[in-house]
Amino acid sequence: MTDSKAVSIRNLEFAWPDSPVLLDIASFELKRGERLFLRGPSGSGKSTLLGLIAGVLEPQAGHVEVLGEDMAALPGSKRDRLRADCLGVIFQMFNLVPYLSVVQNVTLPCRFSAGRREAVGGHPVEEAKRLLARLGLTDANLLERSVTELSVGQQQRVAVARALIGGPQLLIADEPTSALDADARDRFIELLNEEASRSGAALLFVSHDGALASHFDRGVDLAEINQARAMT
Amino acid sequence: MTGILGLAWRSLMNRRGSALLTILAVALSVALFLGVDKARNGARAGFDNTIAGTDLIVGAPTGQINLLLYSVFRLGNATAEISWDTYQDVAARDDIAWTVPVSLGDSHRGFRVMGTDQSYFEHYKYGDGQPLRVVEGERFADIYEAVIGAAVARELGYGIGSEIVLTHGLGAGGLTDHENRPFIVKAVLAPTGTPVDQTIHIPLEGMTAIHVGWESGTKNPMADTITEEMIRSFDLTPKSITAVFVGLERRGTILSTQRALNTRPGEPLLAIIPGVALGELWQVTSVVERALIAVSIFVIAVGLVSVLTSILTSLNERRREMSILRATGARPGHIFFLMVAEAGLLGFIGAVTGIVLVQVGLILLGPVLASSYGVQLSGLGLSLTDLWTLLAVTGAALLIGVVPAITALRRSLADGLTVKL
Repeated sequence: MTDSKAVSIRNLEFAWPDSPVLLDIASFELKRGERLFLRGPSGSGKSTLLGLIAGVLEPQAGHVEVLGEDMAALPGSKRDRLRADCLGVIFQMFNLVPYLSVVQNVTLPCRFSAGRREAVGGHPVEEAKRLLARLGLTDANLLERSVTELSVGQQQRVAVARALIGGPQLLIADEPTSALDADARDRFIELLNEEASRSGAALLFVSHDGALASHFDRGVDLAEINQARAMT
Repeated sequence: MTGILGLAWRSLMNRRGSALLTILAVALSVALFLGVDKARNGARAGFDNTIAGTDLIVGAPTGQINLLLYSVFRLGNATAEISWDTYQDVAARDDIAWTVPVSLGDSHRGFRVMGTDQSYFEHYKYGDGQPLRVVEGERFADIYEAVIGAAVARELGYGIGSEIVLTHGLGAGGLTDHENRPFIVKAVLAPTGTPVDQTIHIPLEGMTAIHVGWESGTKNPMADTITEEMIRSFDLTPKSITAVFVGLERRGTILSTQRALNTRPGEPLLAIIPGVALGELWQVTSVVERALIAVSIFVIAVGLVSVLTSILTSLNERRREMSILRATGARPGHIFFLMVAEAGLLGFIGAVTGIVLVQVGLILLGPVLASSYGVQLSGLGLSLTDLWTLLAVTGAALLIGVVPAITALRRSLADGLTVKL
């Protein structure tokens, strides 16, 4: 784990079954603690790339290293454990499990990962409340309410708290602001950036909206690194 | 894994409408199965409990089940009787300790009337050897006196001193009533849970007396002119009786005595061992029982299929949920276990509900079953059968859960981190 890269991709090729090559990436890197903006229009293979980084998809060729581990070389169970222990994921919308309360949603990763359970000192609920409070969700009433009663903005903040719990070293956000209005979007990105740098996690923020790039350390255009696209 | 079990529970509660229906389907199917099983055991125990201590039952030649049914259970009718002289011969045998003559045929408002003598109260035993007990009054001492079973007293509201008009044969009453010769209730027996409760006992002499003038089978127009004094002056010893309960000096001779009675010269007889005849009866009924059990097992299978259906149909709307769980660190094993646990929970809760339903039913309906059908309730509480059923249904549900588990697993692997909805 002395590797200074959070994510390192070399000569990656991926195609869905019976489809042309979708991703052909010679090189892509995300340093530890770095906050990177990855731009790509919808359908460009962003979500597929995230699936490859998270280890739920396997490339046909090339290497994906996450936190120094070669995902393709790891057996499935270790890959699952690495994801559970070290990755925080935030989706576009509908991030939350409808039948769990706000706090239960935030502590969800601690149910699956012993590592993250230990990281919060065995008190996931307290840690969840602390994180939620930092994200501006303090109303005790709200914490026990069903998540379906929350506004979209609140839901996304709950998703951030869930991604952060147990201190994962890599945060992946897939269009997390697409359902927010401009004001809420900027506040949300500030909050996410702030929390990422506070925990020292690398942040990979994916969006089609290039205007957001200014909030991050660095911006990369998927179309530029993906040779599969360039060729067609 | 307890974390996953908690998730399974919450997920079910989130779909509690359909979950409840599924649980109900399983519960009803389990209740049907256990109900059939308990009814069978209760009926058997009830029959087995009806007669004890009687070594042989002797009657006119017929099937052994038939003789048992009409002499002990008051079911069906005797096709022939045995003569009093033959009865005397049987009673005089050295290997026979006691005999109880019984004469059946008349009824009173749907209850069977049985002519017998004092020896009946001495020797007839039921359950594990309990004797008949008089709760009120004293046994009959005169011709026109009766001792009634507990159910007769309760249902007809009779007590000491009530008058009973017998009906010739089993009619509902009317033209064939012996209204000129009413009987007086002298005693009420304690409840036994056997057909004794539904029986009106009168002396054999009384049976003969009311049939004076009925020799042809219907009432002789002159019958009413025969006075009480004339009847009492007759020899009221019956000419024939329906059956004889026999107790042996030594039980060891049971087979040889039975053989001797069955092959004796003169009037042909049939001697049966009650336990053996009951065994034969159970062989006959076991075909039906097995068919019922088979049907109820199929009903349980239908209940389990509804578990499968409800989970499979829920999977579509839960693709998003599965990918969230995967993204937050659920391994394929977790998803698999979640599905299997949901199925297992549905099966388990359904089976427990079914068992509770049956027990509640027994508490509510038990007294009626016991008094109307002589179903033995003791031993119908929670049993090993309930436990095995619970385990089997839960196990089968877990097994069935593998189907949606594999489906969910495949999908969550194919969907990756995000579902394209």
